[in-house]
Amino acid sequence: MQAPAEEKLFSDKQAQMNILAFWFLIGAEVVVFGCLFGIYVSVQELTANGPGPKELFNLSEIIISTIVLLSSSFTCALGVYTLKLGKKRMTFIWFLLTISLGIGFVFLEVIEFVAYVGEGATISTSAFLGAFYMLLGTHGAHVIFGVVWISMLLIQLVLFGITKDTAPKLFIASLYWHFIDVIWVFIFTVVYLLGKV
Amino acid sequence: MDSILQYFRTLPSDIILADISLVIITIASTFLLTKYKKWNWLWSWITSTDHKKIGIMYLFVSFLFFLRAGLEALLIRMQLAFPENEFWVFQGERFNQLTSTHGTVMIFLVATPLLIGLMNVIVPLQIGARDVAFPFMNSLSLWLFISGGILINVSFIAGGSPNAGWTTYAPLSLKEFTPGPSNTYYPIGLQVAGLGTIMGAINFIVTIIKMRAPGMKFMRMPLSTWSMLITSVLIVYAFSALAVALLLLTFERLFGTVILSSSAGNPLIWQHLFWIFGHPEVYIIALPAFGIFSDVISTFSKKKLFGYTSMVFAIILIGFLGFMVWVHHMFTVGLNANINVFFALTTMLIAIPTGIKIFNWLFTMRGGSIRFDTPMLYALGFIVTFVMGGVTGVMLGSVPADYQYHDSYFVVAHLHYVIIGATIFGVLSGVYYWWPKMFGKMLNEKLGKWNFWTFVIGFHFTFFPMHIMGLMGMPRRVFTYPEGEGLGWLNFVSTCGAFLMGIGVFIFMLNIYITTRYGKSVQLNDPWMKRGRTLEWTIPSPPPPYNFARTPIVTSGEPLWNAYENRKENIEFEGEYEDIHMPSSSSLPFFMGMAFLIASFGFVFQIWWLATLGMLGVFMTMAIRSFQNKNGYSIPKKNVIYHDKGVGY
Repeated sequence: MQAPAEEKLFSDKQAQMNILAFWFLIGAEVVVFGCLFGIYVSVQELTANGPGPKELFNLSEIIISTIVLLSSSFTCALGVYTLKLGKKRMTFIWFLLTISLGIGFVFLEVIEFVAYVGEGATISTSAFLGAFYMLLGTHGAHVIFGVVWISMLLIQLVLFGITKDTAPKLFIASLYWHFIDVIWVFIFTVVYLLGKV
Repeated sequence: MDSILQYFRTLPSDIILADISLVIITIASTFLLTKYKKWNWLWSWITSTDHKKIGIMYLFVSFLFFLRAGLEALLIRMQLAFPENEFWVFQGERFNQLTSTHGTVMIFLVATPLLIGLMNVIVPLQIGARDVAFPFMNSLSLWLFISGGILINVSFIAGGSPNAGWTTYAPLSLKEFTPGPSNTYYPIGLQVAGLGTIMGAINFIVTIIKMRAPGMKFMRMPLSTWSMLITSVLIVYAFSALAVALLLLTFERLFGTVILSSSAGNPLIWQHLFWIFGHPEVYIIALPAFGIFSDVISTFSKKKLFGYTSMVFAIILIGFLGFMVWVHHMFTVGLNANINVFFALTTMLIAIPTGIKIFNWLFTMRGGSIRFDTPMLYALGFIVTFVMGGVTGVMLGSVPADYQYHDSYFVVAHLHYVIIGATIFGVLSGVYYWWPKMFGKMLNEKLGKWNFWTFVIGFHFTFFPMHIMGLMGMPRRVFTYPEGEGLGWLNFVSTCGAFLMGIGVFIFMLNIYITTRYGKSVQLNDPWMKRGRTLEWTIPSPPPPYNFARTPIVTSGEPLWNAYENRKENIEFEGEYEDIHMPSSSSLPFFMGMAFLIASFGFVFQIWWLATLGMLGVFMTMAIRSFQNKNGYSIPKKNVIYHDKGVGY
């Protein structure tokens, strides 16, 4: 039963082209984040008179936001699973959970940044902090964009149901969401874990 | 009122002149549009999602930018014509603005979009598609390019142009050394235009992968299409590196980061990011030209392209190596010797696939029955010019010698030999070649030849002396030079050559005017004396909005030529006529482009409410687009049949 429904939902030529185009966009985004990581790594040592990664980061807080964001990836995957089964209600709930976790992550990140700025670690304190805020800020902006985008798609899901039009859109949004989660894994490793070493 | 008058009194005369001419042009075009009741016509072009119209608009707008940047080149040459010359106001700071905007506009707003525009028209026709994969996004690309272009161009009369060179190296480009809006225009304008370019590239990739006619295998695609596929891949990866570089510069100038600062950060990061983009960019503007020349040379030699497969692999190899050579722009910054040697070797490696291409073109011509029409003349001019540029390129790639050439006129000569030699000759060749396909009229051959000879002779007179000036030690980006160094007459020859090129461009415009006004329509699918080989010549000139009334059947790499060989008039088409579904036109891309323009002004002048307003507009239009039902319209079967049988036979 599953396979034919899925085939129908994504069989549109335009839908297939949209998905392919999105993979190339992700390719471009990989370069964007690759360059941001490159900048970060190359100025990591230039902390001027400000705090360095060791003094600044508090891993226990970061682990909470990591868990929040990674579980949103899990709920997102479940959302796509139910989408392919054609279950509108469950799809709605899983994606709603996804964006709620996304909002939670952004909230935690804002708290983290406010705390840093309170300690005098602003964007212009040192090259290290500038690169840190640029990298994390770009990622955070992607999360916010994803939240707004998926909310729009959820409204469409409620209005029009699971159709050949809405299903590929939600699928593409899920690709995006997984991509920003993968970026977070790299940020967690390169910025936080290696910063603490 | 007094303060306004006071403001105008402080302006230099050239800006006042630009202001006045801007006002006159605006009033005149408004008057003409109203008088001939053309506003609806203009709006139908602005909102069009037809790939041919979008391509033509790309060509038109970038040609306007070409005229502006060309005028700047003439002003530069006037200032440099004699030793210790003082021409008008263009000394010191103003000269820096001239060279910076000349370079920026020519690379980002002329070379790149001219080729994208031409390919936008041609690629769907060559692969037998009715449109590109994403017609809406195609229009959006155009409007983002225009918004970014307006921003870079308007900087001249609103706050000062970018003045840190077209490469805008940090720390010179930072707030500390160049305060004011001038160098903020650069990252923000290019960011907007670059976004459009990335979208356009993704559009090309998906179109070429997914929308080829049945039987059009990858290894049957014409070289123009192949080169555009590889170019698009380069754009996706190179322009995103540029996006980060521009974001970084924006942060430095607006939000106070210190990453590029020479004291607290590392200014070399800009150079690395810029050239990681910048060198692939050279191939982004050269590869499509290679594709055009391959098609032109094959058509006008009446022969199949020699070594098709090796041509394809040469393009792929050039694209791949293009990402591994960026440090050759930075040999003198003091990285260690091993790094320099590595990049010198990769640089010289590129000469191999390029050499393969040159020899394949020569062998294509060998034994062919060659016609010397204007497109072919440009192709021949290209081979000679580009080989000279390639030779100086290998010279520059050798590290110890580069320490001598670096930042001298030798580099200026080299880059103009390759960029004008490939891109501009390529575009002119392609425009002459496909003009009848785009507009249904042949450009005048006689004027075409005048155009070619004045432009090419002028070109060599302008840029050849620059090699010698460079070797004599004249540095680039200086507004004057002392007398008695032997540089005077070389510069004078160069200036004369530049004016000859200007005459060439004028003849080109005259040709367009005369052809449009008095030229006869061609009643043929294939107006090049039955030499056409590829799918674009199997349909009427100009093509109907849906291009192909029925799907073409492709059985070889040169379907039309094979049909001619079998004594047929045209290739076979598949299936019955039916209603054709067309994408509807949309004004959203235009409004999104304008919203970006408003936001950009907000960012440049740091008026935050304006920036917020503009960005809100951007996201609003995106939301509207998300909710839009994808309706189009249908062209009824009987119209399709009437049009297909009524025209061109």
